[in-house]
Amino acid sequence: MSAELLFYVSGTLALISSLLVVINKNAVHALLYLVVSLLALAMCFYLLGAPFAAALQIIVYAGAIMVLFVFAVMMFNINQKDIDQESQWLDWKIWLGPTSLVLILLAEVLFVLLSQTNWPSTTIELVDARAVGSLLFGPYLLAVEIASFLLLAGLVGGYHLAKELPTRQSPVRQPGSGGDSL
Amino acid sequence: MSAVSAVSAISDTAMTVPIEHGFILVALLWTVGLIGLLSRKNALFMLMSMEIMLNAGALAFILAGSLWQQADGQVIYILILSVAAAEVGLGLALLIRLRAYISDLNIDKLDELRG
Amino acid sequence: MQSTQDMQNLLFLVPLFPLVSSLILLLLHGRLAPIVVALLGVGSMALAAILTLLIGLEFFEQGSTAFQQVLFNWLPIAGASLDFALHLDQLSMVMMGVITGVGWMIHWYAAAYMFGDKDVQRFFVYMNLFIFAMLMLVLGDSLVLLYLGWEGVGLCSFLLIGFWQHDANNVLAAKKAFIVTRVGDTAMMLGLLILFSEFNSLHIATIVNSTVDVPQPTLWLACILLVGGAVGKSAQLPLQTWLPDAMAGPTPVSALIHAATMVTAGVYLIARMHPLFLQVEGILTIVAWIGALTLVMAGIAALAQTDIKRILAYSTMSQIGYMFLGLGALAFDGAIFHLMTHAFFKALLFLTAGSIILKMHHEQNIFKMGGLFRSLPLSSTFLLIGLLALVAFPGSSGFFSKEAILVATYQSHTAGPTLWWLGVLGAFLTSLYSFRLLFIVCFGSANHHLKEGDYSVSSQFVVPLLPLVILAVIGGFIQLNFTQVFGPSAHPHLPLWIEWLPVAVAAVGFVLAWILYFPRKAVETDERQTSALNRFCRDGLGFDWLYQQIFTKPLQFFARVNKSDIVDHFYHFVGWFNFSLNETLVVSQNGKLRWYLCGTLAGCALMLGGLLWLP
Repeated sequence: MSAELLFYVSGTLALISSLLVVINKNAVHALLYLVVSLLALAMCFYLLGAPFAAALQIIVYAGAIMVLFVFAVMMFNINQKDIDQESQWLDWKIWLGPTSLVLILLAEVLFVLLSQTNWPSTTIELVDARAVGSLLFGPYLLAVEIASFLLLAGLVGGYHLAKELPTRQSPVRQPGSGGDSL
Repeated sequence: MSAVSAVSAISDTAMTVPIEHGFILVALLWTVGLIGLLSRKNALFMLMSMEIMLNAGALAFILAGSLWQQADGQVIYILILSVAAAEVGLGLALLIRLRAYISDLNIDKLDELRG
Repeated sequence: MQSTQDMQNLLFLVPLFPLVSSLILLLLHGRLAPIVVALLGVGSMALAAILTLLIGLEFFEQGSTAFQQVLFNWLPIAGASLDFALHLDQLSMVMMGVITGVGWMIHWYAAAYMFGDKDVQRFFVYMNLFIFAMLMLVLGDSLVLLYLGWEGVGLCSFLLIGFWQHDANNVLAAKKAFIVTRVGDTAMMLGLLILFSEFNSLHIATIVNSTVDVPQPTLWLACILLVGGAVGKSAQLPLQTWLPDAMAGPTPVSALIHAATMVTAGVYLIARMHPLFLQVEGILTIVAWIGALTLVMAGIAALAQTDIKRILAYSTMSQIGYMFLGLGALAFDGAIFHLMTHAFFKALLFLTAGSIILKMHHEQNIFKMGGLFRSLPLSSTFLLIGLLALVAFPGSSGFFSKEAILVATYQSHTAGPTLWWLGVLGAFLTSLYSFRLLFIVCFGSANHHLKEGDYSVSSQFVVPLLPLVILAVIGGFIQLNFTQVFGPSAHPHLPLWIEWLPVAVAAVGFVLAWILYFPRKAVETDERQTSALNRFCRDGLGFDWLYQQIFTKPLQFFARVNKSDIVDHFYHFVGWFNFSLNETLVVSQNGKLRWYLCGTLAGCALMLGGLLWLP
């Protein structure tokens, strides 16, 4: 099979599975479809000459983030009642407005895309991990540090927000007792 | 074939997909994600739709990187990845809170800022 | 010649005495004994009158040259600086004499009349303040000072008419007086402003002797506005409706303000500004016509009145009509002469009426009096003397002054025979209503229920009236000399019948009154005489009704319609608009996240579309 065909197939697969994610009633099924979409995209990355990105997509995105999703969904204890309510929310009338709006946007974007006439020549060459690494430790060093800040914030926030709430019985504060600060 | 030679085999065939098709794919993926974001009431599904949109953006950067034969596209892809990770972590924690507060994940119930 | 101006240098004290007395009485309100109040109020007037006499003697001895006393610089406006200055010439000398002399007598009488009233201190505050304002009016050398006095007398008139404030009718009468004269005052103010803009000064001598060429229409407008002010203050057509109602005040007030002094302010104004009026074609004819019409109208109205004070009020209106007629006929000296004699006999009449009213226990309806010649002979005699002067009985003071006016009217080029016939008709009407009053009040059988012991009149009520009686009788022989102000007076020689027709007509009036009104049998009440014509005349020939239809009712209608205030509606609309806009827009803020997203995206789509497809 030629690479072009592979590219188109994985692109279509990504699209279809994304669509299935969006219109699904069951959260776990939707997550699994999302994983499929991510894997298809990883394939696209590989075919575009970015194997490092492809690997990272599979390991980190599909492997860590999606797993996080799955764990969280399991904590929700979704039962049949939720699924039924979900189907109640998925009335076709609800899709009408947003779809038409988004299709207008899509038309505009496609119009811009297709009216470009001078695309450069598209011979795909490989861009390997070594090149990415030298960039990361070179000009994008600061960006890496800031990304680590971001992840730290996510970590701390996630930990704090998901903590058990203390019990509601707090002692009544005495007036004028000048209680301690937090 | 080993992975390395498979890779070099692919590079030897010199894939010549018109790059605008890739961008069309990006637009379509993004649209799908957006439709899901606007139409779903369940906050979890909204979060998933946002993941799809983020992925579409990442694909666009990779396309640009391969267009200009630079590694910058992948670098930005890595940054997008870290953003997505942090966002998902925090988002899910909030969703857990939400579920404890109101017994389902209906985002339309969070309308106390109305008026 | 400084030494011979000693007395005249004290000119400023004449208005100062009443002013100081008024201020002392005001500041020490409630702390002085009534006798002290009376002494202060009357005493200040006595001092002013005596000082006036001395000043007058010196003035006439000196040949009546005009005297100016500048007190201080009042308005230092660049180019039109105004001094607070007093100007003494023959005209203001006569006015000052009348004001202080007659005023002194009236104050003396008032002290006795108002004795026992708990507000007597406030009364004298107002009365003395009035005298001050009136003196400022006649002594001021600029129109600004004149206007100061003008407004001051208007204020005091309002305060004194509504003196007994507990009765709402008195306050209504006071308000009516003030509002109607205010119409005239506004006209006068406009006239003053036009004069200032044309002559760049409000100093009377400057205006009168000015050589500035002012266009005739402007000057005519200024003069007609001044006439409007005079008409308001002097209760002539069309602003005459306030004077009969002003009788709600105490009788000394009616005597002082509404007979002798304030209502003559309009006459003084026209006389003072007469060189200006002479420059304009036709103004004086208008003045003469106003006077003539008023005097006939007031005479007719007086025939239908039942209240003694209202008869005298219409009589005052009529006599001031004579003065206006005299002014219009270029008989300025005659008009001022009549002003002086009118002050004498009208004050006498009012004060006598006051005594009668007091004795009748505040009964003012003449049909409830009767036979007072037997009961109150002294008051009736005074009444008779006053009425004889009023009808211009040959030899009395009124005779000489009225004759001077009528004679000048006949052959004046601004008046003429038509107005003279109206004046004669007025004389007939005067005689008719005066003798009607006399016969109904003094003859016939008594319609009242008084006991014998109530009839004596205390001396304090009589002594002030004696000088007025004497002057009413012999006042006509005072030769007034106005040559320095009005120029040499004309002594026209007319056929004898013209000079004596008014007298004959008055005699006819006497006979007619005898036939119609002399009480033959005991008349109980006069309720049967309320025919429509009678009521029409009694209500002042329908002017009150007319003004109510034209002015009061539309204004009340608009006030009712505008009760919710149309302008407020505009502001309410602004508020309502904002609120409804808010209500409309707040629908878009329903708190739902996905709606906000849709909104954002719709905006994006629009902007992109605009960028892409609009040039």
